[in-house]
Amino acid sequence: MKTPSNRKGLIGLATLAGLIILWFLLTSVTGWVSGGRFPSPAEFWMSLKQISGRGYAGATLASHALHSLKLVAMGFVVAVLTGVPLGLWMGWSRRAEAFINPVFLIIRPIPPLAWIPLAILWLGLGDAAKIMVIWFSAFVPSVINAFTGVRNIERPVLEAARMLGTPRWRMVREVILPAASPMIFTGLRLSLQASWTTLVAAELVGALMGVGFVLNMAQQDIYPGMILVGMITVGLLGWATTLLLTRAERRALAWNVAARD
Amino acid sequence: MNDRPLSFAETFFLGLAGLVGFIGLWTFLSVSGIVPRQFLPNPLDVATRFIQLLSAPFAGATLPMHLASSFERYAYGVLLAAFVGVPLGLLMGWFRLLDDIVTPIFDGLRFIAPIAWVPFAALWFGTGIGGPVMIIFAGAFPPCLINAYRGARFVEPRLIEAGRMLGTPNSRMILEVLLPAAVPSIIAGLRVSAGLGWQSLVGAELIVAAAGVGFMMVQAQGSVQTQTVMVGMIAIGLVGMLIDVLLRQGEAWLRRRRGLEA
Repeated sequence: MKTPSNRKGLIGLATLAGLIILWFLLTSVTGWVSGGRFPSPAEFWMSLKQISGRGYAGATLASHALHSLKLVAMGFVVAVLTGVPLGLWMGWSRRAEAFINPVFLIIRPIPPLAWIPLAILWLGLGDAAKIMVIWFSAFVPSVINAFTGVRNIERPVLEAARMLGTPRWRMVREVILPAASPMIFTGLRLSLQASWTTLVAAELVGALMGVGFVLNMAQQDIYPGMILVGMITVGLLGWATTLLLTRAERRALAWNVAARD
Repeated sequence: MNDRPLSFAETFFLGLAGLVGFIGLWTFLSVSGIVPRQFLPNPLDVATRFIQLLSAPFAGATLPMHLASSFERYAYGVLLAAFVGVPLGLLMGWFRLLDDIVTPIFDGLRFIAPIAWVPFAALWFGTGIGGPVMIIFAGAFPPCLINAYRGARFVEPRLIEAGRMLGTPNSRMILEVLLPAAVPSIIAGLRVSAGLGWQSLVGAELIVAAAGVGFMMVQAQGSVQTQTVMVGMIAIGLVGMLIDVLLRQGEAWLRRRRGLEA
């Protein structure tokens, strides 16, 4: 099956090359798309050089990116550390589910982004407000998937473990957690995606630092080259963190043939 | 684990206890003054404000008017996503070359959060209706495309072979074989799109709009009217829920109808 994948790669490369040539043609060569709407490759390169060297919106690209990365990491970790145990608990105990579910059902329909104004009112424009909204947005997928993961464990597995008199703690650590982990990781991936979306939105609404702030400033300055730099940075950061999570998943689920894929 | 399903009474009272606990804690924090009322109005304040906003304008319009203008943008964005995404997905499912060309572009763009399109959206289409529509489109488009594509790709090969053998032209193949077979997947995709589109709408209105619920919330935030911000959140949640319920009903209806036909 080597030929089809080769073909695919070649067409992909050709597409990429075609797009770059088209970009050149439309902006630099013919000027059909004016620099005020979309930057030419040269303008993009200059913007990139400016923000990497002298900096833009108060800092260099690396420090903006690092700042955003730090906030996402913190919000994501807090969400996972609170969401996954809650989901596991709700999956484990029907009483817990009955107790928590109605509250959860009330809060869930509120889109994460709708928390941004409230977070700013409560915590201001700094880092704390961002971590709060990221937490809220990443929390829900973590809970739901951990819950579903536990509920989907096959009955015989649990019954066998219980028949052998497995103590509670070992039951959680050695039966429930591993069996639910593929689902938990699905939730983590959704959580990560939600974290980035929320952070960028929150930084666009109000911030002092970060990639969303770069986008915001570039929009106000009507600086298309810098907008493109900001967007590509957002994409690269999302891609890199997803890759990291996939690596972690593969390592954690190495025992699981179905997940190895 | 307790496998025994709870009785109705147990579920009801535990749920009630949870709700009472939640609203009780909220009221307690607000009324006792542990959190200043300006920042955490109690539930009654929020309910009163909600009723007020039904007729009294804030930020230039009443709540129903804000909702109507939000919904207009939302409908344009989601419909546009469906009308572009579904046909493109079907075409990609049929023409391999198109698939190979579009997929890398799509995969590259996927990692850019829809909300990051805000600056270009504002620059290209302004902040009135065009900009927000583009952001909603960016949020709602991927599931439309992916689900139509998957639905078309996983059509039973026998059907395609039969169609080919009978010399069916490409256009009829797509419209009469792929499309009907992909409908369940497309509908599921539309439901996801509708949810994501609603999310993007909120984001878009927080940043660029000059009307709509999101705009109302930003204005309320600026003048530290926490209860109005909370009314906005509740309204957004309710409408989102309503959209989801309606689409679920539609999906169930369609499924029943197809079940009867088969």
